[in-house]
Amino acid sequence: MSFSLDRRGLLKSGAAAGLLAATGAPLRAQPKSGGTFRLGLAGANTSDSWDGRTHSDSFMIILGHGTVFDCLTEVAADGTLKGELAESWEASPDAKVWTFNLRQGVTFHNGKPFGADDVIESLQLHTAEGAKSAAKPIVSAITEMKKLGDLQVQFTLASGNADFPFLMSDYHLLMYPAGQVEEAMANGIGTGLYKVESFEPGVRALVSRYADHYKTDAGFFDAVEAIAINDSSARMNALMTDQVDAINRVDFKTESLVRRNPRTEVFEVTGNQHYTFPMHTNTAPFNDVNVRQALKYGINRQELVDKILLGHGAVGNDHPIGPANQYFADDLEQATYDPDRAKSLLKKAGLDSLDVALSASDAAFSGAVDAAQLFQASAKDAGINIEVVREPADGYWSNVWLKKPFCACYWSGRATEDWMFSTAYEKGVPWNDSYWENERFNALLLEARAELDSGKRRDMYREMQQLTKEDGGTIVPMYANYVDAHSTKLARPDVIGNLWQMDSSRITERWSFA
Amino acid sequence: MSLVAKRLALGAVTLFVVSLIIFGAVELLPGDFAEEILGQGATPEAVAAIRQELGLDRTPVTRYFDWLGSAVQGDFGVSFGNQRSVAEQLAPRFGNTLFLALVAACIAVPLALVIGVLAALYRNSIFDKVANMTTLTSISSPEFFVAYILILFLAVMNPVFPSLSNISSDLDFWTRLDRTMLPALTLTLVVTAHMMRMTRAAIINLLASPYIEMARLKGVSPARVIVRHALPNALAPIINVIALNLAYLITGVVVVEVVFVYPGVGQLFVDSVKIRDIPIVQACCLIFAATYILLNLTADVLSIITNPRLRHPK
Repeated sequence: MSFSLDRRGLLKSGAAAGLLAATGAPLRAQPKSGGTFRLGLAGANTSDSWDGRTHSDSFMIILGHGTVFDCLTEVAADGTLKGELAESWEASPDAKVWTFNLRQGVTFHNGKPFGADDVIESLQLHTAEGAKSAAKPIVSAITEMKKLGDLQVQFTLASGNADFPFLMSDYHLLMYPAGQVEEAMANGIGTGLYKVESFEPGVRALVSRYADHYKTDAGFFDAVEAIAINDSSARMNALMTDQVDAINRVDFKTESLVRRNPRTEVFEVTGNQHYTFPMHTNTAPFNDVNVRQALKYGINRQELVDKILLGHGAVGNDHPIGPANQYFADDLEQATYDPDRAKSLLKKAGLDSLDVALSASDAAFSGAVDAAQLFQASAKDAGINIEVVREPADGYWSNVWLKKPFCACYWSGRATEDWMFSTAYEKGVPWNDSYWENERFNALLLEARAELDSGKRRDMYREMQQLTKEDGGTIVPMYANYVDAHSTKLARPDVIGNLWQMDSSRITERWSFA
Repeated sequence: MSLVAKRLALGAVTLFVVSLIIFGAVELLPGDFAEEILGQGATPEAVAAIRQELGLDRTPVTRYFDWLGSAVQGDFGVSFGNQRSVAEQLAPRFGNTLFLALVAACIAVPLALVIGVLAALYRNSIFDKVANMTTLTSISSPEFFVAYILILFLAVMNPVFPSLSNISSDLDFWTRLDRTMLPALTLTLVVTAHMMRMTRAAIINLLASPYIEMARLKGVSPARVIVRHALPNALAPIINVIALNLAYLITGVVVVEVVFVYPGVGQLFVDSVKIRDIPIVQACCLIFAATYILLNLTADVLSIITNPRLRHPK
């Protein structure tokens, strides 16, 4: 019997997940247990709650699915999928019917045992009448949820989706105790490694290690204190003066201080987070692919990475798939700054010069207005005159994005190619911010979704990335790194997750004191 | 007594006007709660759903009087953000802010009075000049700058106090005091100059009056002249300035709270404005306005009590 221990095998059958856990030889000595881990986190709001449907900012993402709650599946630090509350899973050949086997002997923090009913009720929360869940599209694709046994659930999907187990790792899809959901959301009762001691929205949260947890190789702290520090200088200060052990979102301007300090270290990863300039492909002049291409060659990507991200990023290639995705095609020809080529493309479109307005605001991403101005300067040499329109940050997402034909935008990326493409590039979806419609692309999208063969999927997703790059209406000039920092009192794992900031937001689970 | 009642009634009217202005100002901000909370996900349907749920689709006039009606009965409504009652959310924050103001006042008021009296006593000496210069410098610098200087000297270079005011209700008094020290010292530096200079000016003013000359002529020591004879008569203006500064300690701490991440009303206020959580913003503003009105009232009453001429009107 041979198992290939990559995503391919795991996707088809979660049985390998158990094997992975069983055979995975420890790469380092068992981390030391104990201590109170103090976290200084940006991204906290007074509107925070334990309702996973509303989680959107880093404080609750880290505390929710990373600390107090669990999902059915989990993306490991190296990007492979493994079981969390589900032990294994099995798909029908058309990837339409999925059977999940749940872990035995799991209990919620209030002592209630975890089972199939909890899964069904927790997922139904997202499609309930009037629910405002960001994960609604994932759950509404499930046409039927059947309890086959206390520890077995079967999902029937509207159409085949090979990524379904991946989607179950989404941080919105937390598992709550059935029949006690309201109480669980009020007090934070989950199955995670830590149970809630106290929680003040927008201020702090204190959690302590849950003694009988099923994960034996994770959760090394006795307690975790998460302190909301939205002000970036205060956050940097707190780390430098040893008030906290780790912080997220390092301020690039003062990052060198952290590097200079012998007691602190910066850790950064390039993930899927990327900044974009979407153009409406149904509006002149962007309806001409030559114009779109000219603009793509008129932007100096390396300059943007150097000056806007101060080096904390990588150049993008006009498609939204990033290094944290499994089928990221890094062998495509890299688009570079080439004003002559841009000029000849304009000529092909029958134009001598081009005048366009680019709407930007720092609400899109930090430094967006500066980025637009750099774009303006570099495009000038290609005969493209960009007028930078500075838009107000308030109401940017409702008044500018999707409405102005050329603007600045950001995406945190998605764990799977299909999810990302069907969120913002599929024909007719509400967030298709370039109004792009490509027949071949949309056909491939459906085909790849239901394909279980990993090799075929790789080819299809490669072609789709190529299509987005060559025909698409979105300029993706750069990937922005997740830059966080920690005290040297902590032991850093060998591999750091790049799906979200703070080790894919599982720092409380995977890290320990040195 | 009738004066107090009259002032209280005036205060209520002021509060009403303040609430009107605040409501109008919040209405003028671009974007509402629904758009802010949804961000990139603000599709027209989602925005409409949230607006309907919170009653934001009604006219501003209806909303204002609805809110006013329940506020008069002591019900400040529920927060848009997390559906918790405003009072429940505000109470611990207000307690924290009061604690900080109290600590700052306990340091600043005696300090300002003592320096003020000494400066008056040794007028135009080196001490007077140094005291004036330092307090004026600290009041003239922006608060966040003073705060960072204190962090640099008292937290980074000499770790005496923590730079982060991580306050929670389960802390004992001394830990809490320790963690409140840096913001309190920042506020002290900011408010001392005003009070100290008023003390100095009021006393110097009195020192020119004939009765002080008389006291001096009969051989009373300079210190006794000031403390026993001049200070009681200078109390009224000093009390007024102290009241004004105490009000500032409660309402003006927004920046200091953000720098030290102190969980007080100011930070809640900023967070709520950011997401357009109007019930909380309104309640915060009312608290700020009420603080000013009450402290001013107290100052007036106290100046009457300290002034026999006003206490026994002819």
